[in-house]
Amino acid sequence: MTAAAPAEIAIDVKGLSKSFDGREVVHDLSMQVRRGSIYGFLGPNGSGKTTTIRMLCGLLTPDSGEGTCLGFDIRRDADKIKRRVGYMTQRFSLYQDLSVRENLEFVARLYGMPNPQAAARDMVQRLGLSGRERQLAGELSGGWKQRLALGACTLPNPQLLLLDEPTAGVDPKARRDFWNEIHALAGEGLTVLVSTHYMDEAERCHEIAYIAYGHLLAHGTVSEVIAQSALTTYTVSGDDLRALSTDLSGKPGVDMVAPFGTSLHVSGRDAKALDETIAPWRDKAGLQWQHAAPSLEDVFIDLMNRSRDNFQ
Amino acid sequence: MSETALHQSPPAPRFGSWRRTYAMLVKEFIQLRRDRVSFAMIVMLPVMQLMLFGYAINTTPHHLPAAVLLQEDSDLGRSILKAMENTAYFRFTREVSSVAEFDDLLLSGKVLFGVEIPRGFERAVRRGDRPALLVAADATDPVAASSALSSLGMIVQTALAHDLYTGDPGSPPFEIRAHARYNPAASSRLNIVPGLVGTILTMTMLIFTALSVTREIERGTMESLLSMPIKPVEVMLGKIIPYVLVGFLQATIIIGIGVLLFGVPIIGSLLLLALLSTLFIATNLSIGYTFSTLAQNQLQAMQLSMMFFLPSILLSGFMFPFLGMPQWAQVVGECLPLTHYLRIVRAIMLKGSTLPNLQHDTVALFGLMLFAMTVAVFRFRRTLD
Repeated sequence: MTAAAPAEIAIDVKGLSKSFDGREVVHDLSMQVRRGSIYGFLGPNGSGKTTTIRMLCGLLTPDSGEGTCLGFDIRRDADKIKRRVGYMTQRFSLYQDLSVRENLEFVARLYGMPNPQAAARDMVQRLGLSGRERQLAGELSGGWKQRLALGACTLPNPQLLLLDEPTAGVDPKARRDFWNEIHALAGEGLTVLVSTHYMDEAERCHEIAYIAYGHLLAHGTVSEVIAQSALTTYTVSGDDLRALSTDLSGKPGVDMVAPFGTSLHVSGRDAKALDETIAPWRDKAGLQWQHAAPSLEDVFIDLMNRSRDNFQ
Repeated sequence: MSETALHQSPPAPRFGSWRRTYAMLVKEFIQLRRDRVSFAMIVMLPVMQLMLFGYAINTTPHHLPAAVLLQEDSDLGRSILKAMENTAYFRFTREVSSVAEFDDLLLSGKVLFGVEIPRGFERAVRRGDRPALLVAADATDPVAASSALSSLGMIVQTALAHDLYTGDPGSPPFEIRAHARYNPAASSRLNIVPGLVGTILTMTMLIFTALSVTREIERGTMESLLSMPIKPVEVMLGKIIPYVLVGFLQATIIIGIGVLLFGVPIIGSLLLLALLSTLFIATNLSIGYTFSTLAQNQLQAMQLSMMFFLPSILLSGFMFPFLGMPQWAQVVGECLPLTHYLRIVRAIMLKGSTLPNLQHDTVALFGLMLFAMTVAVFRFRRTLD
């Protein structure tokens, strides 16, 4: 089983499926994550991101499919995987009634680290939590909780980090610090799989995958995913964009109309049909049209709309 | 929010409060229906209580096991035993040939009474010597012993009527010497206090661990815990062991109060009492933990504990004499750790029993503990499936 995955591949799974009460949450999902890379896992709520992550670390058994995580079979070697993987849950899942240091010591002991007190103390310093180590974890602010959770799952020196929406509800400064930390960890050779909603975070990843309704719809680097989309996008600025938005919605060739600040993104997969439809407005006074590369968000919204048609 | 939604604010409904209440009521019913265990409990609890109180409890217990030490085979002796059985309080289950055996049966609690018909009894009666007939009772539980002992007075008359004995009707030809062993003053306190040790420990130990796993699940910490390399047995022992110490402290306090305030003696070995109490504590913690792995939320865990606690109180011999209960109730009682612990704690404190006297109950406690732990380890879900 170890031979199946090359040494430079951390996660290699094929055809993972999982249903709950007859509802398929993950469908035939295959993915490969290179060692030392930051892999972004994107998708709307309820798309199966958490379920996939849980299958990778042995918290859920896939109904079908197989694969390896760090070279260990995800079905049979869950114990070995657990020892080498740090999993940060979506919901804060450290003990709220334990102090920062007690939580870290608990994790260190659970992983059998030789000197739990020292390991916890070092981590408190690395996290910048000095002076707060006696504070109860439940009393920390959102940003600090999230730092502590990251600290707890990196404490036993894992080879792979699975982070499930780690920055949800955290302020921009804390988010930036968090991502700097993740890049630092990846620099040390750690593989990071991180799920997120935020587009700016997706762009900080080496590779991304987009999943909706349990189907993996696109994967690759950010530019690859944008190129794959074959989406033609125009940025329109000018007067009365709302009327334009209403006029264009649902017209042939127009797949998406979305306001971005003072401009409007008009996108379509069929460039010819789109051009024909917008022709009457192209030369209208007061409107500036500009052919632009679609943003990642345009691509994802489009993927989601398409998948809704296909799978619902 | 779109404009249409803004314009659609409905007119204020009449009876708004009632509607909201109704909505709430419907929701609660749906939730209750979904929570099968709680629903079953609503039905089960009153039924169970009624059954237990109605049938099992008998404060004037009958057919209590008794041993007889027959040192003479005579018509009069047999008439007396027959008369005793006719009162329906006694049931002779053992016939022994030595005083040591007689004492041992009482000490181990296999019989509640012992009757000794001395050698040369009939002859002494006929001679008019007014010999004594010894009836020894295990009075650690005064309720069980007292009504049976009070019936002894009639026995003389009954036995004599059978035997057509003619003599001075004013003075009975023999004397029944009732001997309430272990608790001569028939003080309920001596019985209740050791019983309370067991009852209180059952209650507190169950609750401690019954909530442990469900609490982890409800607070979301279970997901983290399961993603870490820890085995079900480790989780279980890690959750049980701290409370063994808590339970030991609790037992010390209760027994200490019993001795200091209520004057309950500890006739037997304090070390043995401590060891077997620890075993009992661990057994209850294991059972509580098992409930925790069976229940889906904390409420269910509490209810399971209560469902276990109620029969523990009623069928263990804490409230009512165990041997006076109907057979089926005794069978249920044998499955409860409290039953065995009550025998142990009463026997050690009041009778000075030693481990050989109590081996049956000790083994039973061990068995129950291992059974509960095995169920818990198999029930503990290692995944979130």
